[in-house]
Amino acid sequence: MSWLLTLLFRRLPIGWLQLTHSRGRFIAAVSGVAFANLLVFMQLGIMGAMNTSTVAPYSLIRTDIILSSEDGNTLTDAGHIPRARMFQALGVPGVATAMPLYIGNLPFTLEDGSSVSLLSFGVDIAKPGFTSADIAADLDQLSIENTALLDKGTRGMPDFVIKGLEAGTRYSFETGGNTLTTIGTMDIGGGFLADGMLVMSDQTFLRVFPKRSSGAPNHILIQTEDGVSTDTVITRLQAALPGGNLRIQSVEGSADNDLTFMATERPTGIIFGFGVFMGILVGLVIVYQVLSTDVADHLREYATFKAMGYGHRFFLGIVFEEAIILAIFGFVPGLLVSMGLYAGLVAATGLPVAMQVSRAFLVFLGTLIACSLSGAIATRRLANADPADLF
Amino acid sequence: MPDAPIKTLGLNHFFGSGDARKQAMFDINMDITRGSLTILMGPSGSGKTTLLTLIGCLRDVQDGSVQVLGQEVRGASEAMLVSLRRRLGFIFQAHNLHESLTATQNVLMGLQVHGGGDPVRQRTAAHHILDLLGLADRRDYLPGNLSGGQKQRVAVARALVSNPEIILADEPTAALDKESGHNVVKMLKTLGDKRGTTTVMVTHDPRILEMADRIITLEDGRIVSDTHP
Ligand SMILES: Nc1ncnc2c1ncn2[C@@H]1O[C@H](COP(=O)(O)OP(=O)(O)O)[C@@H](O)[C@H]1O
Ligand SMILES: [Mg+2]
Repeated sequence: MSWLLTLLFRRLPIGWLQLTHSRGRFIAAVSGVAFANLLVFMQLGIMGAMNTSTVAPYSLIRTDIILSSEDGNTLTDAGHIPRARMFQALGVPGVATAMPLYIGNLPFTLEDGSSVSLLSFGVDIAKPGFTSADIAADLDQLSIENTALLDKGTRGMPDFVIKGLEAGTRYSFETGGNTLTTIGTMDIGGGFLADGMLVMSDQTFLRVFPKRSSGAPNHILIQTEDGVSTDTVITRLQAALPGGNLRIQSVEGSADNDLTFMATERPTGIIFGFGVFMGILVGLVIVYQVLSTDVADHLREYATFKAMGYGHRFFLGIVFEEAIILAIFGFVPGLLVSMGLYAGLVAATGLPVAMQVSRAFLVFLGTLIACSLSGAIATRRLANADPADLF
Repeated sequence: MPDAPIKTLGLNHFFGSGDARKQAMFDINMDITRGSLTILMGPSGSGKTTLLTLIGCLRDVQDGSVQVLGQEVRGASEAMLVSLRRRLGFIFQAHNLHESLTATQNVLMGLQVHGGGDPVRQRTAAHHILDLLGLADRRDYLPGNLSGGQKQRVAVARALVSNPEIILADEPTAALDKESGHNVVKMLKTLGDKRGTTTVMVTHDPRILEMADRIITLEDGRIVSDTHP
């Protein structure tokens, strides 16, 4: 290692030798950086899972524009919108087709007494173009009353239910006096939103949610004609539809808004953001402590080097060398332990927590920057190395 | 190469400011000949160390002139001072070795300050000078595992390895036993004769005085005697 660094720096790797000479301090510093990395990775992992969960239901629908009520927060936490808007929208040039989307949370109690909440989507089975391809293929079967597709990733369901469905065995359960029969599966992944998801026909939806009315869906999905830009149609819709309590967004804009809402207006998002901040702060403080103590401990040696003719840049080099060594040696175990914990989280909760290369890279970059920043602050102590005091 | 690698003219120096301001050097004038061994003597507090740090570009020159290797030190830029220091060799009273570096690595620090260079040759040079100082079997020891005398010899090796034009030493033999102290000074003397290295050394050791080309005695910041024995 020392040899490699000598070749790299074309000088003795003083920082490396100094850090590894006091092994206890080195281990403490590296653990500190690793711990800070772990904190940040866990927060980002859960935040990422939250984002994945938030936008997961979008994979269920195919649309260009979404009309929603302003009362709503996200796709699945939405207000109601008069179905009359759909008919008005259909009269706007550039609008090809439209479909109301009904969303509700269906709680039900399993045979073993545990309860599960299933996010349910009611769609128009006559318009398969509005659902994702694999759901659209099964849409015909949903014309039978009280049938639904169940998400494979549903938590809390007995194992045999999903396996049975995949093998063609239906599964029925009671909910609010109705019998709902799941006849197939789909692959969405519920995550934070619910234990699982159901897709059913709007007819079935209105039966299992008796308080909901067909005149008040949660969203109206609009597909535009070929050759007309989404933005143009949105502008026309804004002009044509009565204002007030109406949000007209492209599907991408809607997903972005959902993410922003979850990150900034939900306490969980804010808490996780704060967690990342704390992790960075912990790392900064630890690295600063270690580096500035290290500088203070070596003032005499540095003063000697100054007397020998080493310039300020050489000393900055040592401190940054140490900062980068701490960043690298702290990051690697931090990443490995985080990946282990991610796997544990997935096994325990089924949340879509996954390490992305981009996240690892970003955190590494952040670690380098934070360590260098701490190093930069620590170098202020170098001024105390005065060679005149040596004799 | 100027004939007087060290030259001072009307050099005064003050410590402190305001009421606490106190003069420590009074009108020091001297020319030191190339290749000579000069001994600085005088009671404690007479200003020997202060004079050495002024010559060594380690302390700002306040009043008067100090010329080192033909370059005026007073008012010189930091970059100029750094490049001058690289041509000097310091031997401190305390060894001031870096405890994380082996004997060889400490000596290498004296070479690498000049930048670049072939690492293999540098290592050979470091080993050679350590061998000369009787440390052949201690090359890869950390200072913590060396005796006081051995550490001081490593410090001497570090100062000598880059063939400095001037060596400034402040009681370098204080931590050595008589025998090795004498050897170190003999080496410095030989260097002076062979390479023209100029040495200024603070010492009280009477056996070393015999080897000196010149003895300057300070008292209360003034030169009170200057002899060529
Ligand atoms: N950093 C300093 N601040 C204030 N006074 C100093 C300082 N260094 C030395 N002095 C004073 O300058 C005088 C000369 O000191 P010094 O050069 O160390 O003497 P010597 O090396 O001959 O014992 C002494 O009176 C000492 O107290
Ligand atoms: Mg002294």
